[in-house]
Amino acid sequence: MSRLFQVSSNPHIRSKVTTNGIMLAVIVALMPSVGFGIYNFGLRALAVVLVTVASTVLTEALFGLYSRKQTITDLSAVVTGLLLAMNLPVTIPLWMAALGGVFAILIVKMLFGGLGQNFVNPALAARCFLLISFPSQMTSFACDAYTGATPLAALKAGEQVNVLDMIIGRTAGTIGETSVIALIVGACFLILLGVIDLRVPGSYLVTFVLFMGLFGGHGFDPAYLTAQLSGGGLMLGAFFMATDYVTRPITIKGQYVFGVFLGIMTGIFRAFGPGAEGVSYAILLGNLLVPLIEKLTKPVAFGCEKGGKRHE
Amino acid sequence: MAKLTFVGGVHTYDGKELSKDKPIQDVLPKGELVYPLSQHIGAPAKAIVKKGDRVLAGQKIAEGGGFVSANIYASVSGIVKAIEPRRVVTGDLVTSIVVENDCLYESTEFYPVAPIDKLSREEIIDIIREAGIVGMGGAGFPTHVKLSPQKPEEIDYIIANCAECEPYLTSDYRRMLEEPEKLIGGLKIILSLFENAQGILAVEDNKPDCITLLRQLTKDEPGITVKALKTKYPQGGERQLIYATTGRKINSGKLPADAGCIVNNVDTMVAVYRAVAEGRPLMERIVTVTGDAVAEPRNFRVRIGTSYQELLEEAGGFREQPEKIICGGPMMGFGMFDLNVPTTKTSTALLALTRDEVSAFEPGPCINCGRCVEACPERLIPSRLADYAGRFDEENFKKNSGMECCECGCCSYICPAKRPLTQQIKSMRRLQLAKKKGEGRS
Repeated sequence: MSRLFQVSSNPHIRSKVTTNGIMLAVIVALMPSVGFGIYNFGLRALAVVLVTVASTVLTEALFGLYSRKQTITDLSAVVTGLLLAMNLPVTIPLWMAALGGVFAILIVKMLFGGLGQNFVNPALAARCFLLISFPSQMTSFACDAYTGATPLAALKAGEQVNVLDMIIGRTAGTIGETSVIALIVGACFLILLGVIDLRVPGSYLVTFVLFMGLFGGHGFDPAYLTAQLSGGGLMLGAFFMATDYVTRPITIKGQYVFGVFLGIMTGIFRAFGPGAEGVSYAILLGNLLVPLIEKLTKPVAFGCEKGGKRHE
Repeated sequence: MAKLTFVGGVHTYDGKELSKDKPIQDVLPKGELVYPLSQHIGAPAKAIVKKGDRVLAGQKIAEGGGFVSANIYASVSGIVKAIEPRRVVTGDLVTSIVVENDCLYESTEFYPVAPIDKLSREEIIDIIREAGIVGMGGAGFPTHVKLSPQKPEEIDYIIANCAECEPYLTSDYRRMLEEPEKLIGGLKIILSLFENAQGILAVEDNKPDCITLLRQLTKDEPGITVKALKTKYPQGGERQLIYATTGRKINSGKLPADAGCIVNNVDTMVAVYRAVAEGRPLMERIVTVTGDAVAEPRNFRVRIGTSYQELLEEAGGFREQPEKIICGGPMMGFGMFDLNVPTTKTSTALLALTRDEVSAFEPGPCINCGRCVEACPERLIPSRLADYAGRFDEENFKKNSGMECCECGCCSYICPAKRPLTQQIKSMRRLQLAKKKGEGRS
């Protein structure tokens, strides 16, 4: 035999799951929410989405030119752009949306080493950056379709809210956060594909409901709790931001701890804070605690349980 | 009843349908046969024949070089052509006895030393040692050593590893279907060595016909149970198998005997039976020749020492040009660069694939997805261990139980970024083990 074959160390087969595939699945899963956002808020929402995605992808491409390593094909910049757009009000000036995209990719992701190295979720960090820099534009939810406050703000002010509208998404808010149904459809798609699991979102939402039931001032009133669950980007945060691989703990126990922490923090922000919302800050805080959580929840190797020492 | 299993593992494409319905077929080798003197764990054997000698099939040609070593027998008749270094599947050069086959297949006579019930424990172990039997699932640990634990009375379970969890492999499956009485016979012989031991035949539930057959044949054997295991890789890993069948846990620093268990592969048990009941030394085994590049996938009864090239020709050659050739299963086998290497006591399969999935993907950055953590049967964090290994951070590697890795390959298989996790961890582990060995010597 003249031809020598390639050798490599075991294993010799690979699963079909790829990083691109995962990113593509997340993009597809976000489509119902993006679609509803456009339906709900009009074509300007589409413009915001296109501008942020273009801004994140272009930033990564330019950085790739500078660092001589092109990474846009992994599609993660598209995911970041979409998630950022979902977190913006439809009325935001387009240059601000673009600036948010640049901040997310350049400052939060690429300067820390690119995909897999950022310690907070880029889209959320960019949202908070915009929120601090341009508070009035970022919290103005009055648009052609809606003039009033967001349902959560109304709820906080003691007004009645229409829970059914909140679940369907016919309310004021950021582009992608309003429709619980659209978000759940996307989340189910990801869960069925095995891209995300319920460990983080499940423990997050359960903890949050318990916390609001105990400390929200309305007891376990189903209407109040449903409104709290449906409003203010909680579903978007729980299923699409808190489940971000890079910025949640890698240990299985740690993922539950992370979810519980997010639930408590969101509850504290919403029940006791001055604003009506708190999902973004809760997740960002949680992101920062990930190294600590991982350290505390490091799994014990199989068969080494007693004292964690290796038997010699 | 709940399925017996372990935490972690992966479900791969199992590929067994290619060869599972092909009955075991004898292969008579035509060319030269090569017997590496080191085809087991432990000291190499020492040749006791010299160039020009005529040997018969079943004649001992090399003697174990110590307690942890194994005898080697000729599997054909012919003339010893050379005793020289030859390439083996791992790519190493190993001193080997080369026999020019005269195609007469003359054999020595085999007769049992005595009826099994007349043999003492020591005599049985000695027969097994003399027959050159080693773990035939791939590890190649001499069986007589395994059967001589310090406290034989503390052995509670003898587990026959019939899981065959590696994708594509069907040699154990065919053996169980065609010669189940020999498997059970081997298990009974080993059980007779341990007064307090129970026998377990552990079969993955993707082989329901084997489970039914073995249950039927052992229904009057109170000391033997057949356990159906969930089909998942690496169910047949020693630590996973012991946990799934007995609930006991061992780590890398322990032997199965420390948990009161002894695990033997199907082919090994059959070899024990043939040695003790028929007086036949270890000179053949079952090898699966399969993969989408092979014209007619088959299960062969192979005379150990036959070249892989001959096995491939026996299976009709290549149907399509293969990209990758593997000795053993795709998860833990060795990549081969050439087919002109001999089969050994531990050769389970020849697998030829038309697609090389390893070079088809470029490794990307870790996205921290945690799939490797979920898949790791040893409950490690493979992505982090691979980082430590890559940075040569010995301290953190060891502190995070890197030495517990069983090299099963689940993490590399499942990684969406296609990072060579197992490979990096394995290199670091091997280096640490070699270092430890070196320290012990100085």
